[in-house]
Amino acid sequence: MADKRMTLDEFVGELSPGMTIGIGGWGSRRKPMAAVRAILRSDLTDLTVVSYGGPDVGLLCAAGKVAKVVYGFVTLDSIPTDPHFKAARQAGAVEAMEIDEGMFYLGLLAASQRIPFLPTRSGLGSDVLVVNPSLRTVRSPYDDGEELVAMPALRLDAAVVHVNRADAAGSGQILGPDPFFDELFLGAADRRFVTTERVVPTEQLGAEGPIQTMCVSRLLTDGVLETPGGAHFTACVPDYGRDEGFQKEYVAAAGDPDAWAAFRERFLAVDEAGYQAATREAADERAAAKAAKEGK
Amino acid sequence: MTDTTTGVTRAEFCAVACAEVFRGDGEVMASAFGTAPALGARLARLTFAPDLVLTDGDAALVDGAPPLGARPDSLVLESHMPYRRVFDVVWSGRRNLIMMASQIDRTGNQNISAIGPWARPKAQLVGVRGAPGNTVNHTTSYWVPSHSTRSFVEQVDVVSGVGYARAAAAGPSATRFHEIRSVVSNLGVFDFGTPERVMRLASVHPGVTVDDVVAATGFELVIPDDVPDTRLPTDEELVLLRTVLDPKGMRDREVKP
Repeated sequence: MADKRMTLDEFVGELSPGMTIGIGGWGSRRKPMAAVRAILRSDLTDLTVVSYGGPDVGLLCAAGKVAKVVYGFVTLDSIPTDPHFKAARQAGAVEAMEIDEGMFYLGLLAASQRIPFLPTRSGLGSDVLVVNPSLRTVRSPYDDGEELVAMPALRLDAAVVHVNRADAAGSGQILGPDPFFDELFLGAADRRFVTTERVVPTEQLGAEGPIQTMCVSRLLTDGVLETPGGAHFTACVPDYGRDEGFQKEYVAAAGDPDAWAAFRERFLAVDEAGYQAATREAADERAAAKAAKEGK
Repeated sequence: MTDTTTGVTRAEFCAVACAEVFRGDGEVMASAFGTAPALGARLARLTFAPDLVLTDGDAALVDGAPPLGARPDSLVLESHMPYRRVFDVVWSGRRNLIMMASQIDRTGNQNISAIGPWARPKAQLVGVRGAPGNTVNHTTSYWVPSHSTRSFVEQVDVVSGVGYARAAAAGPSATRFHEIRSVVSNLGVFDFGTPERVMRLASVHPGVTVDDVVAATGFELVIPDDVPDTRLPTDEELVLLRTVLDPKGMRDREVKP
């Protein structure tokens, strides 16, 4: 089997400005954040980002990497909205394709099946069809004659997802309760990347979890990147939960230009190892501050 | 606001009004956003809607009706329900949902997408999420914990959840499975049981007057000659709410007593 392991720099090297990039996970859960951070450090611009959006979208918008976002929502889960995405939309800085999250699923499914669209009731009557004038309806060729939305394939130039375990050949294992739409992101893309907490020998996957957790096959992957803590600060259960303290810091910093400059300097202007070290240090500082406040 | 004659808090009336949304639907998946809807679904499950299927808010269906904030390891899981499978349920229609609404209008359109013009909104909210698909696929209701002329508006800025007039204009594929059953706010309960399918005041929570509701609503409501009070919780329901489902009183943080 081919060894598909690569570095974050090699991953970024396979992307180019103007690409449409799908990002796996959901909201502030199991996002391939190490890969997103690598894009933030690169000179890539003008990207179309396709995402069940979380802080991946916010960070990329804040860094001026994004021309267009395709999404059904952008949320941090425990905090309803992402401040940078909000700011970008309110400034008119990014083009937006906002669609029903089921339409989004069908767009990925159509792309992964290499068909131009899939019909759905979802979207009918809503402003999704008004604010996205390129969307069309289609009439059933059968006797029912129903008129449905023809959700176009969301074809991706590249996709990246984050999983708990993978082998070097690109079989991925998701140990948390929800695989989300990661398989479909990979299926919809020309270049497919899987970041993982840990690369393990293939024979160890069975010891890590049951067969149902081995849901990304190597048929769907071109590159495997070992990025421990690579979903931080989003949740990557059972390896770790969301770093709520850090997420709050992220949101607080976004509200003030000086604070954001300091945040960027400390956490984003460094390489991935530097990020992991700096966020551990920040967690210690928060714990110390909390202890001091409680008079311990 | 607590009803002085009965000692029932406003939040408890809201929870019971939300429970009523699930009456008579049998074995469907209840999804509920917000505290009063979460309590309502659980209350219904434990009383008059025993076949209702509840979720853990993550990726599972759960047995029974766990209290708010129950520890994940205390839940009895029934079935795996990751997001991708949720859409199978949505599109099959076997779901009854209470969503929240940043704005709701006279014909039942809901907005959670953005305030102001779409191209450059004054406030980008979370996004349309699944609201367009939910509303044309299965029964949907709304919960608005702070009823005001800012939330009850003549016309929402971005139609996320589809109301009656918009569904009708979109045609039979949009109306086929469309039902906006109820709108519950901190002031009262509303429905669309009028010939023109516009919002009607169905009941006021005790302590609220019809004039209060009219003053807090940014469009003309249909007001029947006799507006009943929202029904009282039964003794069993009050015990369940106070001692089993929400002993910490989270309901009173959403709607002040």
